[in-house]
Amino acid sequence: MLKYAWIILPATLLASGPAHANKVFVTNERGNTVTVLDSETWEKIAEFPAGNRPRGITISPDGKELYVCASDDDTVRVFDPETYKELHTLPSGPDPELFALNPSGKQLYVANEDDNLVTVVDTETHQVLAEIPVGVEPEGVAVSPDAKTLINTSETTNMAHFIDTSTYEIVHNVLVDQRPRYAEFTADGKKLYVSAEIGGTVSVINLGAGEPKVDKKITFEVPGVLPEWLQPVGVKATSDGSRVFVALGPANRVAVIDAKTDEVLDYLLVGQRVWQMAFTPGEEFLVVTNGNSNDVSIIDVKAEKVIRSVPVGEQPWGVVVVPN
Amino acid sequence: MSKQRLTLAIFCAAWMTTQTAWAEEVKTAVLRVDRVKLPPISRLDVAPADLGFAGATLGNEDNRTTGAFTGMDYQLTTKAVPPEQAEAALDALKADGVKLIAVISDGETLKTLADRAGPEVLVLNAGARDDALRDAECRANVLHIAPSRSMLTDGVVQFLMWKKWARILLIHGSHPEDKLLAESYRKSATKFGAKIVEEREFVDTGGARRTDTGHVLVQKQIPVFMQGAEEHDVTVAADETDVFAAYLPYHSWDPRPVAGSAGLMPLTWHQAHESWGATQFQRRFEKLTGRGARDEDYQAWLAVRVIGEAVTRSGKPDAASIRSYLLSKDFEIAAFKGQKLTFRSWNGQLRQPILLGDGRITVSVSPQDGYLHQYSPLDTLGIDAPETACRAFGG
Repeated sequence: MLKYAWIILPATLLASGPAHANKVFVTNERGNTVTVLDSETWEKIAEFPAGNRPRGITISPDGKELYVCASDDDTVRVFDPETYKELHTLPSGPDPELFALNPSGKQLYVANEDDNLVTVVDTETHQVLAEIPVGVEPEGVAVSPDAKTLINTSETTNMAHFIDTSTYEIVHNVLVDQRPRYAEFTADGKKLYVSAEIGGTVSVINLGAGEPKVDKKITFEVPGVLPEWLQPVGVKATSDGSRVFVALGPANRVAVIDAKTDEVLDYLLVGQRVWQMAFTPGEEFLVVTNGNSNDVSIIDVKAEKVIRSVPVGEQPWGVVVVPN
Repeated sequence: MSKQRLTLAIFCAAWMTTQTAWAEEVKTAVLRVDRVKLPPISRLDVAPADLGFAGATLGNEDNRTTGAFTGMDYQLTTKAVPPEQAEAALDALKADGVKLIAVISDGETLKTLADRAGPEVLVLNAGARDDALRDAECRANVLHIAPSRSMLTDGVVQFLMWKKWARILLIHGSHPEDKLLAESYRKSATKFGAKIVEEREFVDTGGARRTDTGHVLVQKQIPVFMQGAEEHDVTVAADETDVFAAYLPYHSWDPRPVAGSAGLMPLTWHQAHESWGATQFQRRFEKLTGRGARDEDYQAWLAVRVIGEAVTRSGKPDAASIRSYLLSKDFEIAAFKGQKLTFRSWNGQLRQPILLGDGRITVSVSPQDGYLHQYSPLDTLGIDAPETACRAFGG
């Protein structure tokens, strides 16, 4: 099945061709809603209630199920991306904040901040498959491109935990800087980027040979911005292995990084408290949420320019775009 | 027992032995020295029996979770004693091999304990606010988790200046700690360009405090005490002993906001604080204790967490290694204040933002925007390196 998915994936990418309109879903943490945008016109199409304190958001590979962490409801709400009706809920464990889907779409890995657990949920049977004890305040979750490794970052333990997706056992722990928020694999699975919000760094973890280890720590510097406010949160890597984008929180910037050298090339000015990010399917655009200015900024990925900002709901947190 | 089971049992036993042999013990303690005090003006301020201990327990649980991955076994002992038993309690902890001790006490007791503990013990001050302990009377074996009075008063006055409330009416109590706090406000006013237009002393002559109809007298007496003051923008109360400050808001003669020991208060923790992931700390603490966290709880949590972080990063659990790691450039810790906290290597004080709360919400956080410093904006709060009289840290 996995092999099959791998053949399909590049084929769909090639077939995507010129950009066409996709729905963009943005969770509004304080507004308790999800805003829907059109990726061609960037107009707001709809806004619908999504439970209490919606944060993490993702979508099934077939685009049929939209998953939202309703943090204060202690559940994952599943919506129909067409009708915006709630289909059902998934048991998530308490206070779900971020999650990741297995590339197969069959398992959802949810970080439970209050209980130091990662909960594995079967998206078809809606059953909890496992609860994996991790460090204090688990947050970021990522699945390796080969689906064999699950990463969880723990904000107070300050580790990236490497979990075997077949046994649910922790196989490695890598210490990173203070308050790791987000983990992102490169498409080739050879590197893992982990942002540390309070440490102010992004650790580049080498997965090439032997045990995973931190090869480099990317630091940030913006003239006129206090170093204390350069707080990396969301991280996205382009699938061609050329660029990595890092949202710098209250610095109101997105850093553009050369994915080959891991050097910062540029800083793009976006809205206030930039948090999470998502590419449109062809990676033409990167949509970033600005929690304090209640809008999203749209970045033209090739031009490395912010092309516009679009108002959404109250305190936007997460974002996902419907796949082609 | 089948052969298979037996093998499994042997394997398990062997595994457990290696685990215990491998996990290194890190023994910590919180020693709280309780003086007999009058009940607080407000019932809401009555100290819970587990004050500070609850925070340390949460910190120890956090450390134990991390320790499971790093092979460290964190232990915590908590002790509450009256002042006359403080030294014996310290001796008992030392005899048990505890060399990492957070102390919640007044300044004088802390000095006695630190001197008795000796250089092989690392004392973490999670209570006393005296600036002298961070200055001329600093000790090499004491690191300060709690902020000093000057950090707190600087935090308040920076906010007042941001508001352009530069004319201060200072009301201070008659006890020594109140006078130290008043002196700290005078220095903060000079430092940031505020003007204390008048000072008044509220003499503690005793009183019935929370008796029936006590508010009737308060309502009559406080306005009289406050009348005829010089033109001012804000009243600042220096009342560490909790004798009168709570009566000032609403009973003042002139309608002016109150800050300091009542009204807008400088804090290390606030039960409504939610920014920077603080909600997670609040929830974990409430789940553990069934109550909200107070300053002493947060400070004790932080003392224990600071030890955990040093052990995790340096891999060395002894007091000397922990001390030198904490004072090094490598140390930093996230503690729900929006930026990393580090130690001042020249006097052992933890750099930290100061919350300003009104009892309902976090109103603001100092340092305020625009207060800059060549090293860190956090060093605009409290005694700075060029003015320190502390010499125990090689300065």
